[in-house]
Amino acid sequence: MTALLEVRSVAVRFGGVMALSGVDLDVQKDSITGLIGPNGAGKTTLFNVICGIRQPTTGVVLLDNEEINGVPTQKRSAMGIGRTFQRLELFTTLSVFDNVLVAAELARVSNPHAVAREQIELLGLTDRADTIAGELPTGSARLLEVARALAGRPRLLLLDEPASGLDDVETQQLGVLLQQLKSLGITVLLVEHDMSLIMKVCDQIHVLDLGNVIASGTPDQIQHDPSVIDAYLGAVR
Amino acid sequence: MSGIGEPILELKNISASYDAISVLHDVNITVRRGEVMALLGPNGAGKSTVLKIASALMRPTQGSVHIAGHDLTGAAASELARLGVCTIPEGRGIFPNLTVRENLEMAARKGLSVSVIQERAFARFPILAERRTQLAGTLSGGQQQMLSLARGLATDPVLLMLDEMSMGLAPIVVADLYEQVQAIAAEGVSVLVIEQFARTVLGIADTAVVMSHGHVRFSGNARDVDEATLSSAYLGTK
Amino acid sequence: MQQLVAYTVIGLTTGAIYALASSGLVVTYVTSGVFNIAHGAIGMIAAFSYWQVRFEWGWPAPVALFAILGVLCPALGLVIDRVALRGLAQATEVTRLTATVALMAAFIGIATWIWPPENRQPFRGFFDGNNVSVLGVNVGWNKIIALIAAVVVAGGLRILLYKTRLGIQMRAVVDDRSLAELNGARPARIASASWALGASLAGLAGILLAAEVQLNVVPLTLLVINAYAAAIFGRLKSLPLTFLGAMALGLTEAYLLWGQGQSWFPETIGGFSTSGLRQATPTIFLFLLLMLLPQAKLRAGAARVRERSAIPQWNTAILGAAVLVIGSIAVTGMMTRSNTIYLIQALIMALAVVSLVPLTGYAGLVSLAPLTFAGIGAVLMSKMPGDGNVVSLIAVVVVVALIGAVVALPALRLEGIYLALATGAFALLVSILVFNQGKIFSNGVAEVPPLRLPGVDLSQPRPKAIFLSVAFAVVGLLLVALRRSSLGRQFVAMKDSPLAGATLGMNLVRTKALAFAMSAAIASLAGALDAGKVAPDNYTFDRSLPILLLAIVSGVGSIGGAFFGGMLLGSNTVLASIVPSVSNITQVMPGLIGLSMGRNPNGTASQIATGFRPVTSHPQSLLTALSGIGALWLLTSVDIISHWGFFAALVIWGLGIVPNLPALAVTSGRSRALCLLIAAVGMGIAAFFDDIFEAVPTGGRLLAIIVLFVVVGNAIRRIHTPVAPTSKSSPDLMGLTGFTPEELSQSDRAIKVVP
Repeated sequence: MTALLEVRSVAVRFGGVMALSGVDLDVQKDSITGLIGPNGAGKTTLFNVICGIRQPTTGVVLLDNEEINGVPTQKRSAMGIGRTFQRLELFTTLSVFDNVLVAAELARVSNPHAVAREQIELLGLTDRADTIAGELPTGSARLLEVARALAGRPRLLLLDEPASGLDDVETQQLGVLLQQLKSLGITVLLVEHDMSLIMKVCDQIHVLDLGNVIASGTPDQIQHDPSVIDAYLGAVR
Repeated sequence: MSGIGEPILELKNISASYDAISVLHDVNITVRRGEVMALLGPNGAGKSTVLKIASALMRPTQGSVHIAGHDLTGAAASELARLGVCTIPEGRGIFPNLTVRENLEMAARKGLSVSVIQERAFARFPILAERRTQLAGTLSGGQQQMLSLARGLATDPVLLMLDEMSMGLAPIVVADLYEQVQAIAAEGVSVLVIEQFARTVLGIADTAVVMSHGHVRFSGNARDVDEATLSSAYLGTK
Repeated sequence: MQQLVAYTVIGLTTGAIYALASSGLVVTYVTSGVFNIAHGAIGMIAAFSYWQVRFEWGWPAPVALFAILGVLCPALGLVIDRVALRGLAQATEVTRLTATVALMAAFIGIATWIWPPENRQPFRGFFDGNNVSVLGVNVGWNKIIALIAAVVVAGGLRILLYKTRLGIQMRAVVDDRSLAELNGARPARIASASWALGASLAGLAGILLAAEVQLNVVPLTLLVINAYAAAIFGRLKSLPLTFLGAMALGLTEAYLLWGQGQSWFPETIGGFSTSGLRQATPTIFLFLLLMLLPQAKLRAGAARVRERSAIPQWNTAILGAAVLVIGSIAVTGMMTRSNTIYLIQALIMALAVVSLVPLTGYAGLVSLAPLTFAGIGAVLMSKMPGDGNVVSLIAVVVVVALIGAVVALPALRLEGIYLALATGAFALLVSILVFNQGKIFSNGVAEVPPLRLPGVDLSQPRPKAIFLSVAFAVVGLLLVALRRSSLGRQFVAMKDSPLAGATLGMNLVRTKALAFAMSAAIASLAGALDAGKVAPDNYTFDRSLPILLLAIVSGVGSIGGAFFGGMLLGSNTVLASIVPSVSNITQVMPGLIGLSMGRNPNGTASQIATGFRPVTSHPQSLLTALSGIGALWLLTSVDIISHWGFFAALVIWGLGIVPNLPALAVTSGRSRALCLLIAAVGMGIAAFFDDIFEAVPTGGRLLAIIVLFVVVGNAIRRIHTPVAPTSKSSPDLMGLTGFTPEELSQSDRAIKVVP
């Protein structure tokens, strides 16, 4: 296996605060990689660095062995990076279909309508294609974000808490979908608080705490790593 | 101590959502007089939302909020504050561009003058007296937390609610602060403590509520919360 | 040396007035989060009111000052905060901005109405005629007082903000609103207090300025531009920096004034006169400051916009276009020549309004300069060789589109309020520096040649009106095509979430520039097709405001809404010619309509349209409604009822009774009879309005009409559907919108069975 995404000693400083302090991690091709950690650990900041919304203070990000540090956000989607947002960023006044269609058109695929239909079908949103996105219930809205990201034909898909607000059945379906994406050759980096989902679908997990990677390994290794447990539960008093 | 005093804070059948995202499902929590309750759970469990609802910063979509037996669902946050509900939100709870003295003055109201507040605050945390003219934003993290505690306590609250007080603080400072919290509870104030770091707070809590996914998973005596329950809530271990 | 002192004093005085105005603006902005475009207009109203009580009624100065600054201004601030803006806390920035633009338009209208330009006495400053000698220079008392006032206010604000409970609470709210609330502060009350204070400061600045520049509605209102510049210098939060910026601005202006009198000062630069330079200083200052602001960051948090417009459908669009063209052919055949000219003006306005559809409606960007682009279009058309042939027109449109894109480029770094201000500054700069040049408008007039089309003489009103409606129809259809295209979707996507757009590969700068270019191109048509003699006054900043207002109020996402808005603007003159006594209302109207935004962010048109839906969807009701209007018209034209009676009856019929027609149709028995009785009495009062309200002045009559239709409308509605309105937030003034969806469909169903 080779790494699709490599993050090398990435640090981000907000004023006097180090949001990330020298993060190193790899995301293997065709894997589902989990990124977990307590609140304020720096997970969303790392996502923002990877898709160019924020420049790292130091360090580099490599996609397929190519440095992408200076590449502006809007060009990274053409390089194969797609993402969803923890706080929904849907085009709330467009229909579900148009949300995905815009993404397909921006990605300059040859037949955007067909691509949009395909993604909507994949995420099971066909019945709601004409609904205005702002009126969707949470579960469907999360799925729409995924469909929209997929319409850009990403190689690397960054998912920021896709299961928050989903019920148990929807979460299970999401897990199945993630496996499906993996078999389609899409690499997934997943930030999620639902540990049962993370532990079930991930091949590899990185744990972030206070801007550092404190552990990396398989779900089983992570669940029994004492430093991870300490990071979550706090030091014994 | 648990279960003896009368209920001070009762959240009854609370459901809540942000726009379309529902974050709390039928949550019931009761904090009694003089009791310290730890509200635990992983990120995204809905702890902070519980606090927002209890302090009236947010309205529940269903259910009711009772303070000392009165139904105060839908009251304004400022009204609750005047009724003796003291909330210290996540992130220190100070006004960084106001001086220490001005921060304390924010608690002043009819029948409670600035000088009285200062007297009480400085008696509890003498260090604040030395820094009274300093901007609160320039204090150390621990001192900022002391300032917000001092201000809250000067109002003689019946209920004190603390959100993630320990975040970003050294363990020794956290230990100090929680000692103060224990002392406050001994004076008869009910305390609701939200903590991600469960072990830190279980030592001082009488009762505990463990949440995940917006549901209450455990509610009972703090001693009955064991590592296994926590690990499974936090890390999904079986 | 003496001159240096003299001009320094002038500069400091002017700076002091700017400082007073801008500090009020900053105080209001930081505590309430609303950037008050109408700040200058409050100052203007204060200046006029002061003049009224001091010089017309002869009150002593201290009493007059107290009445204006201590009572009127705070009350005005409170009313604005409570009535106009309170409902907008959750609305988008565009909506909030529009609400204050509406206020500004309303104040300008009210001032022109109450204080018509003809009968204005001079405004004398404090201790007029007495001078003080400063370093050998005679300085008027008004200037000295301005300086003292600025110092006192600076000190007073300092004490207020740092030494009083209220001030500390204000600063606490700025720091952390919800934490302040948790500490028992009431942010809403604090915001009200800051509005009262801000309005008083604006008033003081307005009174001091009036003594320097005399009573003039627009210059006094534009005082706010100077305040903006200083406030932006303080980054909308620092009061000391704001004061500093104000002083720097005042001094720059004064020294430029001095320089202009000197021989070394160039009269022209590159063939352009420098005479407007001093007047333009604050605007240039503002524009430069805005350009120096850091690039707006991509922020998370997709717009939670409630306003929404459906995707236009081809069949309705084509039908609409056809109705417009055929309608204009038919109507102009019956109209008098002068009425046709009114129609032409309305169509030109409609084109200007529709230029905001791609920009504001689709892409969500605000422009305060639509008429500036129209003006540039008119000027270019008048200068273009070819005397109005089609190629010149195309060239003009292309050039203005390019100008639009280029002007937009620096502004594109900005967001929300800053972007709006930058477009406003651009509009003013073009007005002062370009349109005022003698070589642009020779003797203040430019001759725009009529477009030359084979077989049509567009210098005649009728063909011109028909041609303009064709032009509007074509533009409308093109906009429908745009909205349904990939680019149109991208515009809307950018409005909803620029962040998501960027991560999906959208080039935001390119997309924004395209939106500006298209908007400028359409606006240029409004200038280039308006053949005849045009003056720069047609294209000023303050005239652009009603355009934006009506665009947003009538539903900027839809072309029909834009047409409606243009007609409304144009109909002002028509209405005034039919009922001369209401001409003043028509000036205030856009502002008042805009203020309804405070209650209804979706735009009034959509709301009214909803209220009228049961009527328009049922031929019988529609026919009844129209025949009622026709009957009124007939009665007026044979002088049975007066103009006022016609106006009153029209309002009561159209807004009070017509929306209830379908419901009346389904009610039966006693309640129906009662409703009909109420309607008849209402119309009766209206028809004999003049006899009943003989002695009542205009304002009182208007109030009477409003009360009458609210009473009639609500009474009818209450009787036939005794259900409380479902939505508290709806402007249920006229009982238009109280129907629940269930009720609507019920009445829809029921009406089908009525013979």
